[in-house]
Amino acid sequence: MTTRFGDYGGQFVAETLVAPLEELCETYDQALQDPIFRAELDHLLTTFVGRPTPLTRLQHLGIEPHGVTMWLKREDLTHTGAHKINNAIGQALLARRLGKRRIVAETGAGQHGVAVAAACAYLGLDATIYMGSVDAARQRPNLQRIELLGATVQLVDQGTATLKDAVSEAIRDWIGNPDTTHYLLGSALGPHPFPRMVREFQSVIGQEAKQQFLDATGRLPDAVVACVGGGSNAIGIFSAFLDDRVRLVGIQAAGDGRGARGKHAAPLVYGTPGVLQGMRTYLLQDDNGQVELTHSIAPGLDYPGAGPEHSHLKDIGRVEYLTADDNEALNAFVALSRNEGILPALESSHAVAGALRIAPSLPRGSQLLVNLSGRGDKDLTTAMDALDTRKDA
Amino acid sequence: MERLAKTFAATAERSETALVAYLTCGYPAGAEMAGLITSVADAGADIVELGVPFSDPMGDGPVIQHTAAHALAAGMTLPGVIETVREVRENGVDTPIVLMGYSNPFLRYGLTTLYADVAAAGADGLVVPDLPAYEAGDWIKCATESDLAQVFFAAPTSRPERLERTVAASSGFLYALATNGVTGSRAELNPAIGQYLDGVAAIAGTLPVCVGFGISRPEHVRSLHGRAAGVIVGSALMQRLDDARTASAREDMASGFIRELKGACR
Repeated sequence: MTTRFGDYGGQFVAETLVAPLEELCETYDQALQDPIFRAELDHLLTTFVGRPTPLTRLQHLGIEPHGVTMWLKREDLTHTGAHKINNAIGQALLARRLGKRRIVAETGAGQHGVAVAAACAYLGLDATIYMGSVDAARQRPNLQRIELLGATVQLVDQGTATLKDAVSEAIRDWIGNPDTTHYLLGSALGPHPFPRMVREFQSVIGQEAKQQFLDATGRLPDAVVACVGGGSNAIGIFSAFLDDRVRLVGIQAAGDGRGARGKHAAPLVYGTPGVLQGMRTYLLQDDNGQVELTHSIAPGLDYPGAGPEHSHLKDIGRVEYLTADDNEALNAFVALSRNEGILPALESSHAVAGALRIAPSLPRGSQLLVNLSGRGDKDLTTAMDALDTRKDA
Repeated sequence: MERLAKTFAATAERSETALVAYLTCGYPAGAEMAGLITSVADAGADIVELGVPFSDPMGDGPVIQHTAAHALAAGMTLPGVIETVREVRENGVDTPIVLMGYSNPFLRYGLTTLYADVAAAGADGLVVPDLPAYEAGDWIKCATESDLAQVFFAAPTSRPERLERTVAASSGFLYALATNGVTGSRAELNPAIGQYLDGVAAIAGTLPVCVGFGISRPEHVRSLHGRAAGVIVGSALMQRLDDARTASAREDMASGFIRELKGACR
């Protein structure tokens, strides 16, 4: 198995992690070939995660005034409320196969933390979740859910106290406990084999969506849109359409919208290639190679890099990467709630905003598939505060 | 490379452990670095490992995370580190100096220019903790062309067949991680360290092995005598700098600690 996607990916890690990564590669390869592993995973995806998730045709957005039909792949309806559980349950099964009873994980929006905590509770594993203290403050309900599900939360105050710093702390924990612990990385990033493995576990989104779309319309969508932070929900849905004549669009977070340094989280739009947290990928960095600050209203997108496969897909021109800013995401958050009765996560609201942005440029009658990666209950406080501020302004 | 080889030959000749002193460049101030490096060299450090601060030091514990963040906030950059080496050499310090830093600032600088500039400034090699030998083809080529050491790591988790390939790619010395985990002082050494170092040394052959991570006390250093060509002390030294209030107090504190550790090397 190659460790790279074109020029991106690789294994830029401490020597201590080389052997655990090799062991993980071997076990993962064996598991993929093992019908019993696949059967157990499929069984859990059905009975614990709640798959398949439905495909919902929107009744209002897109149709007026553009004549574009929008469809949502409803990952918000999985158990724990986001696509993260697909990967969490897969890797938790792998950890058991590795004989590792202790799991560490990072979380930004808290959705991965909740998914890991739930999967570990169900499969009888110990979980420690690293969460930036800034994120913990703005995603308090998820912090409470993680603790209720029996996982230990370690707050991270280093750096910007957000997702990137939570990843670094989880890696530090793993370096200290490589024999007993599996690092259950939540996105399609980090050192090989994580980007490939997480894509594999998330590819169920694209496989289901493609079949459901064919069943509903008799054809493929004209475009597929997903938000990209680390990019696991996006690669999960894109993976089924890479070889088809379907336009693929990844939406990154433009933060306050001015593209100024430190005020956005769009490395695939504004970044340059570099090495961070085990991988070579597009990165937000300054002229001295220091990683820059990021901002997004959506904690799950608030990260200075993107998964290495996205960097490759950008370079070869297979996927377009556009942005939506905080305001556009909030508008989409409100619009989807009011018009369609679906409350999206602020991360997924970026995908909806991106879809609404490109809809006017599409021919009438176009069919647009959007990955609704998670539900927005966790975001009520943040969104309401932001909407109130906007009203006051 | 020659300075490093001579140093290891000389310490071996005297049956001493080589003492490698780590300093984060720019902590607490860029202007203090030349003085600090000179102090630790004069006090008996055989090699200076000069840390290039990075925003996201994945392999470091709280002390070096703190010193790196402080150094960056105070304006230290990779060109500033290279300039520090030049200044120290102009002051006549001949102790080997290796730069220790994460991949990204080096890559951003550009590897070809980097190795040329580092060699011209008078440094002796590079230690990159997030760069396994199998990802380092371009780096090794540049190091060879510039006659600089490219130092790689051995860990307690390293499998023997991989360690053989790492040793084959290494020059200058091999950095043996004393334990799993990140940098930082520990009260006790890993109890299996003797056996582990013997295994590493058997594969390293003539390549000197320096052991680091968690080594903070003279008794640690003493217990490693004869087991490794060198010992590396980082966080414990940086912690002491943190405890002093003025530049001259920091130089005294560093000198005193290095003398104490060097005494345990003999």
